[in-house]
Amino acid sequence: MSESLYQRAISFTNARLWKLVHVDVLLIASLFLLIGGGLFILYSASGQNTAMVERQALRLAIGLVVCLVLAQLPPKYMRRASPVLFAFLALLLIGVLLFGVGAKGAQRWLPLPGGLRFQPSEIMKIVMPMMIAWYFAHKPLPPTFKQILVVLTLIAVPVVMIAKQPDLGTSLLVAVSGIFVLFLAGLGWRYIIGAAISAPLAAYTLWQFMHEYQRQRVRTFWDPESDPLGAGWNIIQSKTAIGSGGIQGKGWLEGTQAQLDFLPESHTDFIIAVLAEEFGMLGCGLLILAYLLVIGRGLFIAAKASDNYARLLAGSLTLTFFVYMFVNIGMVSGILPVVGVPLPLVSYGGTSIITIMATFGILMSIQTHKRAI
Amino acid sequence: MNRGHQKFRNYRQEQRLTQRRVLAAAVFVFLLVCVLIGRLFYLQVIEHDLYQTKADDNRVMLVTEPPPRGLIYDRNGVVLADNRPIHSLTVTPERIADFDALKQTLNTIIDITESEWQDFDRALEEYRRPYQSITLKSQLTDEEWAKVSVDLYKLDGVQVEAQLTRYYPFGEAFAHAVGYVGRITSKDLETVDRLAYQGALFIGKTGVEGYYEETLFGQAGLNKVEVNARGRIMSELERQTPTPGKDVHLHLDARLQQYAYDLLGDYTGSVVAIDPETGGILALVSKPGYDPNLFVRGISVKDYGDLRESRKLPLFNRALRGGYPPASTIKPFMALAGLEYGFASWTEQYYAKGYYQINPNGRRYRDWKRSGHGWIDLERSIIESVDTYYYQLANKMGITPIHNFLTRFGFGQGNLLDLRGESRGLLPSNEWKKAKYKEPWYPGDSVNVGIGQGFMVATPVQIASATSALAGKGHYFYPRMAQTIGDSEAQFEENLGKEHRIVLKDQGNWDRMTNAMRRVITDSKGTARRLRGTEYDIAGKTGTGQVFSLQEDQEYDADSLDRRLHDHALFIGFAPAEKPKISVFAIFENGGSSSKPADLTRSLFDAYLYDDYPAKYDYLKGRNHE
Repeated sequence: MSESLYQRAISFTNARLWKLVHVDVLLIASLFLLIGGGLFILYSASGQNTAMVERQALRLAIGLVVCLVLAQLPPKYMRRASPVLFAFLALLLIGVLLFGVGAKGAQRWLPLPGGLRFQPSEIMKIVMPMMIAWYFAHKPLPPTFKQILVVLTLIAVPVVMIAKQPDLGTSLLVAVSGIFVLFLAGLGWRYIIGAAISAPLAAYTLWQFMHEYQRQRVRTFWDPESDPLGAGWNIIQSKTAIGSGGIQGKGWLEGTQAQLDFLPESHTDFIIAVLAEEFGMLGCGLLILAYLLVIGRGLFIAAKASDNYARLLAGSLTLTFFVYMFVNIGMVSGILPVVGVPLPLVSYGGTSIITIMATFGILMSIQTHKRAI
Repeated sequence: MNRGHQKFRNYRQEQRLTQRRVLAAAVFVFLLVCVLIGRLFYLQVIEHDLYQTKADDNRVMLVTEPPPRGLIYDRNGVVLADNRPIHSLTVTPERIADFDALKQTLNTIIDITESEWQDFDRALEEYRRPYQSITLKSQLTDEEWAKVSVDLYKLDGVQVEAQLTRYYPFGEAFAHAVGYVGRITSKDLETVDRLAYQGALFIGKTGVEGYYEETLFGQAGLNKVEVNARGRIMSELERQTPTPGKDVHLHLDARLQQYAYDLLGDYTGSVVAIDPETGGILALVSKPGYDPNLFVRGISVKDYGDLRESRKLPLFNRALRGGYPPASTIKPFMALAGLEYGFASWTEQYYAKGYYQINPNGRRYRDWKRSGHGWIDLERSIIESVDTYYYQLANKMGITPIHNFLTRFGFGQGNLLDLRGESRGLLPSNEWKKAKYKEPWYPGDSVNVGIGQGFMVATPVQIASATSALAGKGHYFYPRMAQTIGDSEAQFEENLGKEHRIVLKDQGNWDRMTNAMRRVITDSKGTARRLRGTEYDIAGKTGTGQVFSLQEDQEYDADSLDRRLHDHALFIGFAPAEKPKISVFAIFENGGSSSKPADLTRSLFDAYLYDDYPAKYDYLKGRNHE
């Protein structure tokens, strides 16, 4: 009986129908798990603001549509479009620097007619790995030194432009998404170790390019208690929220840190602290498990992809998604600086939901357009 | 070159390479997730207690609820310090985005003076808990209240609050006795429990209000509340209701107090009346007084300046701090000292000339009567207030017996039990003079002290208390304001609160002295003979204290002197002489003649003993008389 149920489940996920509509059942199921949990937390984190939850759900729905549409597009078309998209986005980034609009001293948006706004750096998170993967698609791997230099240049140009907006978080993620392709393409370990050794030097250089507010964030990171009412407030309060949650948490809607507004940004960047406070370590564990399901499936798709382009792209996109999650939880729990990275698919708002859902569209496309081997 | 490479591409090997890299990435992912889980474990399990405490510290706040202040009553139940509901315009700074805009809007609705804004700004600087409102304008009139209430909905963060303020219905005559409450300063907060006074509007500063602050204040309520990040109270967790302050019932008689104040007329001066059977202060007058209500919510700089710069020193509590020469009112005490130590007797005769000399051809110490009093005895020295008798007596005794004997009556000490700021006066001694002037005590110094002049200085409370000791035949109580506190009798430190007894070698001297003091009134030569004709016996003694020293042969001529240089006029008395119910000390500063305080004292006796007050004081009668 149970065996037949298991078999039925297997056959359900393998059904030809799913393949036909280019949906990867395991991936989409893990995503739904994550999204559902996220909305549930958001309800509490937003102060039981149903309108906010509805807007978030709408955004996720749009993302899902984008995801499903992209899944229909065979990877080879994406591959061919990659350099064009990259060049186009690079132009838009120049446009942002020249005509961009934004808030808090950073210009990230390109105004569109009809009052709409568009954030090219966000799309770059997908297009960057596409470009690098395209670059390697027809070259034998592992990459040569010269190729590495070319790729690093390709990465550096948009990264610097985004960093100048300034948007440190996004520029780092864009850089990381390109570097992941390089890594997956077989970048020699000696380069990786060499980079790890020269990282402090790079960090110093980066420090020189940082704006004061970014430097302040780093300083606060090292010693948040030094400015408990100012810059350190966020971290102190999020650690307090997480720590006071304990193993089981205080219960849904019962988190005093979150509900009494001690936790800043509780519905956006710091939403994991709400979960940690109200559902404790068990709740966090379940959320991380949901992430791992998504990431695991993504890496599986990457490993099983039929050509280099698809493998590199799928792997990089999945790893970038992981970095999102890791950086966010790391910063909220106080082991990484506060760089303003939302918790993917759970934090409220942002263009990022659409782009993240788009990456899963690409992953599903890669998974479902394979020729049977 | 690329082309060449492509020829030999090994797709399978490349696939394996990338797959291995995916696997390596998966391992990284796994390791980093372990880091996250480890971090969560550290925060949520290992450090859980610490953060639980931090979270509670964040959200739980103690808010105090000020208790209603105890009232102050006179002996007949007349309320001397009352709590009065008022409506005040208060502002919660946290809810104001733009103070300038608020200022403009409010100014179009009601009048808020510049000094009220200044006070507000000052309060803004001081310590306060978040979301605690600050009073901008207190005691709104009904009209102002109505005006503001109409527009209140437009003014976020502004509210009209009902509060209890302190009110002193009888104003200046009682200011020095009852005292006042005032705005709590950071200095006040050093001596009291900060938490308890959070939210309190004022604190007792002087008088009974100051001394009995703890009793009157009561116990603040402590509410444990849950607050949000901005300090706004979201819910109440635990409530401990405030315990109202205890009422203080004084010995003071409101009618007597007000009557005495009025009887001083436009003179400055002081009157202290004591019930000799208890030491209870029936009247404690220092004139001029001031309106204590000015201080309750913080006195304006201008009002305070006016009070401070007034030449009549209204803020100076003469009854407690005024240092006066007791002058001839000291003579009964001096005579008793002489008797006690064998330097005087009731029978010994003394020829009183118009002056006294320590040595022949020495300085002449003049009697008030130029022609002298002729042959007199001790009793007559009291009746006629013979200065020369006391010059010689003091000279014979020397300062040490005088000092020791007068100390037993409380001179040179601060015996007032329940008011702060009393001066100890000055009862001089050898040691004192050596320490102060680095000079020995001269016989001439004793001579001056003999008539209550020279170095000797006493306060009205001291002289009144010493008089009550005379009235009680050596049996007396330290002076006190409070009779009962709450429902129980006022408690004082064991040794101080109890009765005191001066035992003379010949206890009969008390009665003889009382008799001599009666004859001050009844004798045809008595200095207070103008008081004759009462239905009861008065024992008294007059005094005129020099404000400035006359030269040896200079004569005191009141008419030619500025009133400020006139002699102080003093009187001590108690009545009825046999079983005294009241003893009084009165001083008219620069009153010239002692007839003024004598008349005043008699009026007080009539009023107090026979309830014979002018009808205009009926409002101060109190329920015990109804």
